[in-house]
Amino acid sequence: MSKMHVTTTINGEPVEFLCDPAASMLEVLRGPLGLTGTKEGCGTGDCGACSITLDGRLVCACLMLAVEAEGREIGTIEGMAEGDHLHPLQRKFLEMAALQCGICTPGVLMSARALLEKNPDPTEEEVRFGLAGNLCRCTGYDKIVRAVLETAAEMRGAAR
Amino acid sequence: MNDMTNKWIGQRTIRPDGADKVTGRAQYSADYAMPGMIWGKILRSPHAHARIRSIDTSKAEALPGVKAVVTAKDIVDFPVDKSVMLGIQDMRWMCRNVMAREKALFHGHPVAAVAAINEEVAAEACSLIEVDYEVLPHVIEIEDAIRPDAPILHEWNRFEGKPSNITGTMVLRAGDIEKGFAEADIVVERTFRTRPVHQGYIEPHACTVSCAPDGHVTIWSSSQGQFMVRAMTSLLTGIPQSNIRAIPAEIGGGFGGKTIIYLEPVAVMLSKKSGRPVKMVMTREEVQRATGPAPGILATVKMGAKKDGTIVAAEGTFYLQAGALPGAPLRGPVGCSFAAYAIPNVLSVGYEVCSNRSKVAAYRAPGSPQGAFAAECVLDELAEKLGMDPLELRIKNSAKPGDKAIYGPTFGQVTFRETIEAIRNHPHYTAPLERNPRPGVKRGRGVASGFWYNAGGESSVQVNITEDGNVVVTTGHPDVGGSRASIANVVAELLGIEHSRVNVIIGDTMTIGYSNLTGGSRVTFASAMVATASTERVIGQLRERAARIWGIDPEAVKWEDGMALPAGDNAGRFPPLSLAELAARANEMGGPIGTQVQLNTTGADPGFATHCVDVEVDVELGIIRVIRYTAAQDVGRALHPGYVEGQIQGGVVQGIGWALSEEYLYDSKGRVDNPSFLDYRMPVCSDVPMIEPVMLEIPNPKHPQGVRGVGEAPIVPPLAAIANAVHDALGKRFYALPMSPPRVIERLEEAAE
Repeated sequence: MSKMHVTTTINGEPVEFLCDPAASMLEVLRGPLGLTGTKEGCGTGDCGACSITLDGRLVCACLMLAVEAEGREIGTIEGMAEGDHLHPLQRKFLEMAALQCGICTPGVLMSARALLEKNPDPTEEEVRFGLAGNLCRCTGYDKIVRAVLETAAEMRGAAR
Repeated sequence: MNDMTNKWIGQRTIRPDGADKVTGRAQYSADYAMPGMIWGKILRSPHAHARIRSIDTSKAEALPGVKAVVTAKDIVDFPVDKSVMLGIQDMRWMCRNVMAREKALFHGHPVAAVAAINEEVAAEACSLIEVDYEVLPHVIEIEDAIRPDAPILHEWNRFEGKPSNITGTMVLRAGDIEKGFAEADIVVERTFRTRPVHQGYIEPHACTVSCAPDGHVTIWSSSQGQFMVRAMTSLLTGIPQSNIRAIPAEIGGGFGGKTIIYLEPVAVMLSKKSGRPVKMVMTREEVQRATGPAPGILATVKMGAKKDGTIVAAEGTFYLQAGALPGAPLRGPVGCSFAAYAIPNVLSVGYEVCSNRSKVAAYRAPGSPQGAFAAECVLDELAEKLGMDPLELRIKNSAKPGDKAIYGPTFGQVTFRETIEAIRNHPHYTAPLERNPRPGVKRGRGVASGFWYNAGGESSVQVNITEDGNVVVTTGHPDVGGSRASIANVVAELLGIEHSRVNVIIGDTMTIGYSNLTGGSRVTFASAMVATASTERVIGQLRERAARIWGIDPEAVKWEDGMALPAGDNAGRFPPLSLAELAARANEMGGPIGTQVQLNTTGADPGFATHCVDVEVDVELGIIRVIRYTAAQDVGRALHPGYVEGQIQGGVVQGIGWALSEEYLYDSKGRVDNPSFLDYRMPVCSDVPMIEPVMLEIPNPKHPQGVRGVGEAPIVPPLAAIANAVHDALGKRFYALPMSPPRVIERLEEAAE
């Protein structure tokens, strides 16, 4: 089958690509677009390592067809920092050792950002359920949850 | 050099690889690509047990786009009658694991591989390979595999003179076991079962391999040891090590499971045959079917004590799964289960059992959690029968310095008691527990301890001073969870400079000296020791340079706060020379400054841990939740406390998964029925509470900073601690894991004991 042409926006920049109609967004991001910050842990939507945003909504890139990006806005981990200025979540994860191997980290950060955009003042339980779609095998989640809670407090402080 | 006033050691610094990892820049195994690269795929056995009569690859080879096909004929054969060991792995079994030879031994066992212009063509070509199988009866569980009429996996193997699936044994003894039990007032004997569990790293195995026309091979892959990748690939392909450059990608979790290889030799042969770089990436399903796991166990533990709580005898019989090929970690349960206790009469026996499931791989303290589940549950029952506090029983019987360890050596320092006391004195242990918070919900508290050997071994560290007076450190160990950060702290401390002036990288097999695996809780211990030696030599060079500049004796120069200072009689005679000033004059004063130190490190004393856990059981639904967890461990010295705590917290949560939810399900044809993260249920964020680590820093006197291995001991106690807590909640003991909702309901419905 011939390839399809897709025009989309990724991390605020216009992007065009050709893809197989059956290709997932994850395959296209990691392959032809070279955006390998989005990771593949399972390919079945169970681990959250490929979490991206589609028009601001959190999705698993492995469960989304690449052609669905047409006319939409995609956000990936590569767009989280502004230039050399890390997002407060990224900075806090480093300060609080909230990552070990780091393979789940891009997905966790994308999920955490989406959570804080919806709920700037989450409880521990809300953070835990907000991140329940992101498997981490290294940290036991403790430092991740603390880092998200601290970032939320800091961002609320900065917003006041 | 071990002082709580240290400026960098013990600080929660930002890891050198941190920014790369939070921005998506860090390159893991599957993130590499090469110009002209093609894709490799593996054809896997559809049968749990089958003789391979023949393989016809002609149709696959004829498919347009196919560039190479590989079978066992292309992998070096190691005959079954001659052992060739690399570390703990025997090449006889490794060669058969990466590509089935005489037989397919489990569902998912590789039988052939294809490289093609894309993944789709490679997959289609796999479906065109014709394998003539003679399907054989299969066996999955330990109990079935050791029956006299069991299907035999390896016909050449004999146990007690007969064909058997028992392919190895291990026995440790102390005293006289019969006399010991005769002296006991109380004896408890129980049989336990645990299921195999997967290491569960989020990053599937992957590699990109280039085999150039001159025979030079480059491998990009993630592993727990690039030198292991090189050595095993060399053995399995026949290519000399000097022609293989194994470049360590960032590793997305290993936990022991990446101390062996699956894809690299296959990809090398595909690349060699096709003349093209080849990339291979496992799917999650392949990972779950054909890699890892940790073995399940069938264990009987019997312990006898006097009325005053003195344990006089302990006997353990441990049947440990090996999977399809020999190589179960018997020294885990056999050596560790009773190691932390001073018991005069011990008999600890292990049998490894082959069956038609994937070959087991190391997983965090291999074999020790399974043995501790049995031994620490029996201890809890013993304490109950003695009317003793379970921590008191452990303190009373804890091993002491100078005791002979059951596994051979005489203990130097033993810091077990300190971990027990840390839990006994922790507010958690005495906090009131509301036993029936809601109707249908019961709570309980449990404790357990754990032991792990720890390890030293080979390590190489290069320290180079850059021309502008900063520092680059190269180590040979993949960093699974913050070892670069720890080494940066040590080197900055020794040199007396800002942490940000030290950068640490992982070298590949051609740029740094041999370094053993990241495993055995050894890397921070070994690499900090070698980094210290290397940095001290560099400081010696710096003092010599300053001495030469000043025209005085090097002995008359001291190094302080990142500067050379004239000392003794010369004090104050010359202005200090900074690292930057010395670096700027390096070439006129004798050349570049830097050195590599390579050592076989020793002195890694064992790790001890004691944990306390509160659980909540929903007796209607059978759901057990951990609601509070405290983990005490002697860590020696926490070079970077954040990552030490992280090791403890992560190990505990893996233990929670092992205890409560993780298991392989097999169908009647011997196929894994739950090869996905949806159905293989690892703990998610909402399943667990905060994990409170209690780090005891009792310096290891055999290490320059006092470091003790940390990574493995934390996974040893949780299985038993949780089972003991569930008993406290329900009054019923669980002798099998996981304590998943259906099992809990089943157990609750059993008639009262």
